[in-house]
Amino acid sequence: MEKTIAGKSITVNEEGYLTDFSQWDKTVGETLAAEAEITLTPRHWEVIKYLQDEHKNQVALSIRRIGKSGLVDIKEFYQLFPVAPLKTATKIAGIPKPASCI
Amino acid sequence: MKNLIILGAGTAGTMMANHLHHQLQSPDWQISIIDEREEHHYQPGYLFLPFDIYEPEDIIKTIEEFIPKDVKLFKQKISRIVPTENKVQLANGDELAYDVLIIATGAKIAPEETEGMKGSEWHKSVFDFYTFEGALALRNKLRDWQGGKLVVHITEMPIKCPVAPLEFSFLADSFFKHKHMRDKVEITYVTPLSGAFTKPKATEALEHLLHEKGIHIESDFAIEHVDNEKKEIVDYGGRTIPFDILVTIPTNKGDALLERSGMGDDLNYVPTHKATLQSKEYANIFVLGDASNIPASKAGSVAHFEAEILTDNILRYVKGEPLLEEFDGHANCFIETGNGKALLIDFNYTHEPVEGSFPFAGIGPLRLLKESRMNHMGKLAFRWIYWNVLLKGTHIPFVSATMSESGKKFD
Repeated sequence: MEKTIAGKSITVNEEGYLTDFSQWDKTVGETLAAEAEITLTPRHWEVIKYLQDEHKNQVALSIRRIGKSGLVDIKEFYQLFPVAPLKTATKIAGIPKPASCI
Repeated sequence: MKNLIILGAGTAGTMMANHLHHQLQSPDWQISIIDEREEHHYQPGYLFLPFDIYEPEDIIKTIEEFIPKDVKLFKQKISRIVPTENKVQLANGDELAYDVLIIATGAKIAPEETEGMKGSEWHKSVFDFYTFEGALALRNKLRDWQGGKLVVHITEMPIKCPVAPLEFSFLADSFFKHKHMRDKVEITYVTPLSGAFTKPKATEALEHLLHEKGIHIESDFAIEHVDNEKKEIVDYGGRTIPFDILVTIPTNKGDALLERSGMGDDLNYVPTHKATLQSKEYANIFVLGDASNIPASKAGSVAHFEAEILTDNILRYVKGEPLLEEFDGHANCFIETGNGKALLIDFNYTHEPVEGSFPFAGIGPLRLLKESRMNHMGKLAFRWIYWNVLLKGTHIPFVSATMSESGKKFD
């Protein structure tokens, strides 16, 4: 489905995740963050960049993985994205919701 | 003579020994299987033990009785695999060389991964039911428990048999109803997922059942620690859930052997090609069942379907033929829903569980994703099938290794 984010028409799935990363830019990220009531700080951006890189390298993302990233520990990750952090952060980053499990 | 070695004599390893001994025979081949344990446990039975539905003797037999006579059984602890030298080192100092190695060492719980989980309340008010000891301790606790807050909790995914915690919750509801004390027990289901299950259609059906049975659900809960004094679980965001009995599924990990051998990922699972079941690093190593990192359920049914395909692939490998990329992630699970009923789900890598009939399209007799008594009978009959058909590597009639799409209601 199409959704207007930051004045642009963006394709998202039924849960609001972008389906085409090439449509993502920083303003889209900021708008999605605002919807989740988060104001992005430089620290947030570091985590978002990390998630995008890991996704590009086809690494399966999980809370455990982030705790071992060396970038943030899980506690700080929760401070940055307080509610369901991995789902929220991946949505803002414009990458798919992690399929953590079967 | 060439050597094929199987590590682990659980569900997956035992099935492989039974499949392969017909095919790879003396004088060309010797098959060996290594496991330090004496007993083979029917692990799905751990679910029924806490509720006094099964007795210990229903679920325990010896490893030996399921291993064919022409397969050598070593009851030894394995200290290390040396994949670059094609050998396995045993704890007693012996070394065994292999031409082909099958890793079937499974997954086990690791409560020590979570702070306070294996603390002063372990097996007093904090229980697991993924081990025999845990399930038995829980049975003894539930026998004379007077009621309170029962919290069923998943630490993190992936876990063995991802439906088992839901089944436990449903059976608990049924158990306390029969004891006429359901009103004294508050059941809460706590999960790190955003819903009851990982697949949307099944989640909808299962959440409906949880609601119907008055079981509360707390989703998106990533546990940080267990507070043994206050008797509550605390998540990284500071959310707390109090309990009188905590039934937790701790983090699951592959065997420590893989860590010692430098062959596992960060949860000790072996990187494995998901369609051929060949190790991603070593061409003469294959991985079966819970030990691999493939994105399929960690369940006996998956190991069963894998074993049929892996048998073909190993025979192809020893003949120097290309491997079949055939495994599709097929899983088939009964979900006990209490009061003598069960659901059945059938799915693979690409298709989520949907409604329909099984195994015969349009006929059944089993119903997919719908509660029925027939499904429950199927689940109970499965224990007999497990001991008498499945472990022996006999094909189950009408149930194919890859998933069938007929008789199912896809959108």
